Amino acid sequence: MAAALAGGSIALELTHPLRYVLRLADTALIHAQRLAEWCGHGPVLEEDIALTNMALDLLGQARALLTHAAHLHNGVQGGGLDEDQLAYLRNEADFFNLTLVEQPLRKSSAHAPGGDFADTVLRNFLLATWFKAVWMGLSSSTDVELRGIAAKAVKEARYHQQHAGDWVVRLGDGTPESARRLQAALARAWPYTAEMFAGDAVDEAASSTGLGPARASLRGAWLSEVQEVFAPALLPVPADTPFLSTGTQGRHSEHMGFILAELQSLQRQFPGGRW
Amino acid sequence: MVAANAMVSTPEQLAREAAAWAALATVLDPEVPVLSVCDLGLVRGVHASAHGVDVVLTPTYSGCPATEVIAQAVEQALLAVGLAPVTVTQRREPAWTSDWISAEGRDKLRQYGIAPPSGAAAVQGAQRIGIRPRNVACPRCDSLNTERLSAFGSTACKALHRCLACLEPFEHFKPI
Repeated sequence: MAAALAGGSIALELTHPLRYVLRLADTALIHAQRLAEWCGHGPVLEEDIALTNMALDLLGQARALLTHAAHLHNGVQGGGLDEDQLAYLRNEADFFNLTLVEQPLRKSSAHAPGGDFADTVLRNFLLATWFKAVWMGLSSSTDVELRGIAAKAVKEARYHQQHAGDWVVRLGDGTPESARRLQAALARAWPYTAEMFAGDAVDEAASSTGLGPARASLRGAWLSEVQEVFAPALLPVPADTPFLSTGTQGRHSEHMGFILAELQSLQRQFPGGRW
Repeated sequence: MVAANAMVSTPEQLAREAAAWAALATVLDPEVPVLSVCDLGLVRGVHASAHGVDVVLTPTYSGCPATEVIAQAVEQALLAVGLAPVTVTQRREPAWTSDWISAEGRDKLRQYGIAPPSGAAAVQGAQRIGIRPRNVACPRCDSLNTERLSAFGSTACKALHRCLACLEPFEHFKPI
């Protein structure tokens, strides 16, 4: 069993492969959680359905990855971790998602604006394009389970990318107001994209063992597909900034704790509760 | 492994496997209740041994909420025809594709009012952003004069379309 911490939390013995898989799992999980906030609030019914469909795909991908992470963990340490324990009983510092996905999306907070549909459209497009490159890189993974997850997820990501890309063009080449708001959303999101391509020892190990691609190797494919949509959207690619977010290192923005408080509340109050 | 299993299969085991396949043909997808798990191409293997019957399924969409329900229905169907104990496992590799839906399954979909997927989903992940599904025939009037309203519909596997000839909306089982 994984070591138990105060409050019922679990502590993990983190190997490089486990960290690598958790980064992907947590990015999918928290992105799904943010998209799911739109459930019942979409601007039109079709979009409400689309956003929750995409959240469901991402949640399914997160579940498969968390289940695999649990296998990796149990293989090294023994014990019976599963997807639910990884989602509900880890502390904030043991989550390794990109910081971008934890930023407010539909709801505003005291420190960040939310609620502009342009933020949802743009973040969804940037991330779907990134995930597509990740899944394609994982299609030749030496890990057969990751290969299977990726082979399915790449097609789902493509639907997400196409749908979000349509909206980017519609807003970017729409009215002066929609273009202004999309550009503002891009200015907010862009600094966080640097983390999508940052490298470290975890990435190097994944790349050298054939587990999966190093993030830095994905930037070329990502940027070329981003530009393919930004051009008809009349959206300039912003200049890079020196800012580098650190969610993949377990150091999160102030928004992450609030997401986990909501996501984990049931299992924290009723440990092991089932229905 | 396959060769080893085949070598130890007795006539009695083969009979139980045949009974299992017959039972599986009656297990319907809860969200598209005209298609069996066999029509959908979800059954990757059935193996009877001295220890019982093992069924290997493959999940469709990553987040499909029917995955667990289907696994339970498969177990119940086999138990109901006296095959026990039953073990159902999920295998993700190779990943399921809508190309595995049988010709009979495609006909059933069309008759049910859902346009079946094209049979060319295998390379789809690498396709360029701009490529869209074309020539989706209306399941009611067969017209190719149709348009997509939304890539996302009432379930993860379906898109919303509209026929511009008979003016009826319809769903399209997405190629994936």
